[in-house]
Amino acid sequence: MAKKLTIALAGNPNSGKTSIFNNLTGARQHVGNWPGVTVEKKEGKCKYNGYEIKVIDLPGTYSLTAYSIEEVVARDFVIKERPDVVVDIVDASNLQRNLYLTTQFKELGAKVVIALNMSDLAEKNRINIDVKKMSQLLGAMVVPTVGHKNKGMKELLDAVVKTAENKTGLEDHPIVYGKEVDPEVEKIQGIISKDSNLVIQYSPRWLAIKLLEDDREVIKVLEASPVWQDIRSAVTKSQNHIKGHIGDDAETLIADQRYGFIAGLTAEAVQKPELERLSVSDKIDKVITNRVLGLPIFLLFMYGLLKFTFSGSEFMVGWFESFFGWLGTAAAAVIPEGIFQSFIVDGIIGGVGGVLGFFPLVLFLFLGIAILEDSGYMARGVFVMDRIMHLFGLHGKSFLPLLIGMGCTVPALMASRTLESRKDRLITMLVNGFIICGAKVPIYALFIGAFFFKSGATVFFLFYIIGIAFAVLMAKLFRVFLLPGEAAPFVMELPPYRVPTIKGLLIHMWERGWMYLRKAGTVIVAVAIIIWLGFTFPQEPEYSKDYEAMTAQIEKTYALQVAPIAAGFGTGADKIEENKIFAKFAGVDSHFSASVEEGELEYAALEKEREVSFAKFKKPYPLQAGLYTQHKALTSAKDEQLAEIENAMAAEQMEKSYAGRVGHAIAPFFKPLGFDWRSSIALLAGFAAKEVVVATYGTLYSMGETDPEEVKPLREAIQKDPSWTPLRAFTFMIFCLLYIPCFVATVVFHKEAGSWKWTGFLILYTTALAWVVSFIVYQGGMALGLG
Amino acid sequence: MPNLSQLAPGTKGKIVKVEGRDAIHRRLLDMGVVRGTEFEVEKKAPLGDPIEIKIMGYHLSLRKYEAETIIVE
Repeated sequence: MAKKLTIALAGNPNSGKTSIFNNLTGARQHVGNWPGVTVEKKEGKCKYNGYEIKVIDLPGTYSLTAYSIEEVVARDFVIKERPDVVVDIVDASNLQRNLYLTTQFKELGAKVVIALNMSDLAEKNRINIDVKKMSQLLGAMVVPTVGHKNKGMKELLDAVVKTAENKTGLEDHPIVYGKEVDPEVEKIQGIISKDSNLVIQYSPRWLAIKLLEDDREVIKVLEASPVWQDIRSAVTKSQNHIKGHIGDDAETLIADQRYGFIAGLTAEAVQKPELERLSVSDKIDKVITNRVLGLPIFLLFMYGLLKFTFSGSEFMVGWFESFFGWLGTAAAAVIPEGIFQSFIVDGIIGGVGGVLGFFPLVLFLFLGIAILEDSGYMARGVFVMDRIMHLFGLHGKSFLPLLIGMGCTVPALMASRTLESRKDRLITMLVNGFIICGAKVPIYALFIGAFFFKSGATVFFLFYIIGIAFAVLMAKLFRVFLLPGEAAPFVMELPPYRVPTIKGLLIHMWERGWMYLRKAGTVIVAVAIIIWLGFTFPQEPEYSKDYEAMTAQIEKTYALQVAPIAAGFGTGADKIEENKIFAKFAGVDSHFSASVEEGELEYAALEKEREVSFAKFKKPYPLQAGLYTQHKALTSAKDEQLAEIENAMAAEQMEKSYAGRVGHAIAPFFKPLGFDWRSSIALLAGFAAKEVVVATYGTLYSMGETDPEEVKPLREAIQKDPSWTPLRAFTFMIFCLLYIPCFVATVVFHKEAGSWKWTGFLILYTTALAWVVSFIVYQGGMALGLG
Repeated sequence: MPNLSQLAPGTKGKIVKVEGRDAIHRRLLDMGVVRGTEFEVEKKAPLGDPIEIKIMGYHLSLRKYEAETIIVE
């Protein structure tokens, strides 16, 4: 049996940790969440030298304080799960700050191996690092690596195994904090050691240091200890002693000493060129975040991102659509018509297609964001935008979720994870739904097309602006009244620009894409089925008219009318010959309608072509041509009447279905806003997914199946309906803009916010806001005589 | 002594002290803003806030009110 090892990968953000993790584990990765928090946890496996090594990717952090979830997660893992080795990935060209984290892993008492990453870049910048010297000074093995070129992995694993087996031959020396702090640490350490339960779990030295730093998580743990009173008074005494003698608080002094240790180490082991050259990255940055060009360049990049997402994914969206269209047709052909066919085709395939049809767009958006992130631009975007976002009580990093919200609210909510403070995150998530997402666009296309056609683009843009205005306004209100307090510290590294690797980009894109699929996919399919059930049952409600009798009547009339034509057939010379002639006529017509559908030529040109070929056949057979034309006219008249009845029946069925009854029941709620029962149903369906609003109207207006992109007949029907006025349409669009985000977004919100309280609040406040604003718009408009 | 927010881009200096005792203070320490460290003010964002400094060989951005807590020479 293979011997087992567990190692944890740690390191600063931008130290190249991800590429080393990918190199070590390849495709054998598992992405999940750390228990209880929405921090991503990645795990993978690799084999080396008879060992089966489990690799845990810790969140990228600069330190191990109690101030951020990521840092608490990282240190708790090292304390509680006790990995055999902590591999600390250190950026070789930025040693000083990177080693700060290393000193803290040493304090924790973990066995550390240091991956001196991007050592090629350091060499290029003529930074000379004496690896052996560094190992001795740190008491830990140091291995040069180049993560993105997959170099040094074997040596790294070799060092891991050696360290795990305690065969490094290096002497470990603790970091000293100077003659003022060290004796105090020892005093506190002594008291802590009296509690044997604590000693089993923690390094007493580490606890003592953390207590001097006022670490709130450690204090929470120690409060349960029987010797807590003694510890607390000793800590207070020590802190006062240090403050009195040095004039600085213990926290600052300890940080100073850690950096002092690092300075000593780098002085001995690292040689740097006297004069630093201006790197390529610095030169790029001089232009990109320039005071004059910074904002225009930012806007250009954001425009590019949206363009890339929507135009770039177009071809793939087309593939997905045709695939699901084909699948639906194929399934309909195989499964006999009836309730089961409807379930499979409309319920399942329609539902899954709804999600997957959107998937390429989401993938492209994530790819675009990965490019911005991996290249280092994203941090600059935050830098440029922070002033504006801060005005509205948001953090610079909030711009990203709001931007993604233009595509889809679901990944936007997930992207708000990058915000460190919970308050910032909540506020950003609460207002994200006001940004018009891709699924809402058809609603605006329909109503603007019907009522505001002349100034369509302006009105559309106006709604985008209204949405953004509500987002920032509500954010400000929440910041002031609901979640007061300063935004999280902005202190943030601006990483050097890098050329992203294809592998890294694809992995980033896929990780987020997969989360979207898994979360959204399952829920949307379930909801699609529920909607289908709600609108399909009861199958046979009591109709106001006897549609079946009407259908039968039409069929009967038709049969009577066609009969004389059929009788007229026999008069020709030869029955078979006549059928052939008929087929020729029909051939001309079907060729005509196929050409119209393909849109090969102008309609008029096609019609002309049809008439020419028809005339050619007509000449030798005038009698048959006359009969054919008569027959055709009768048939199409009959088909039209039948479709009308079928659509009226479908509309009534929908009105009387369970979902329709709910729509009627809630209609009084919407009455003051000027909406009828149809709009009530459409809005209700819109809670499931905004994509269905237009489709629901299509059915309710007896249009049969309505493709959201082909709404001309529906638009005309709505224009003709006297119950719609421009004011009502405007109010409806306002309501759609503000009311609750779709079901999937709400579920994701709940997962990210992690409490029913906030989910309930989201549902209530968005609905209330939508209602109140719509009420003001509608009643105000009526009072002004705009209705 | 001046604080960091008062320096114009291009100025070089040394950290003397970081005031305050909260998350911002802690974060600044973690990012290497400690006594004696040399730095250079690189630039201001297009809207004047935040600012960017070069410290310990990397680029750090921080808001003006955060820079106000950093005493420099």
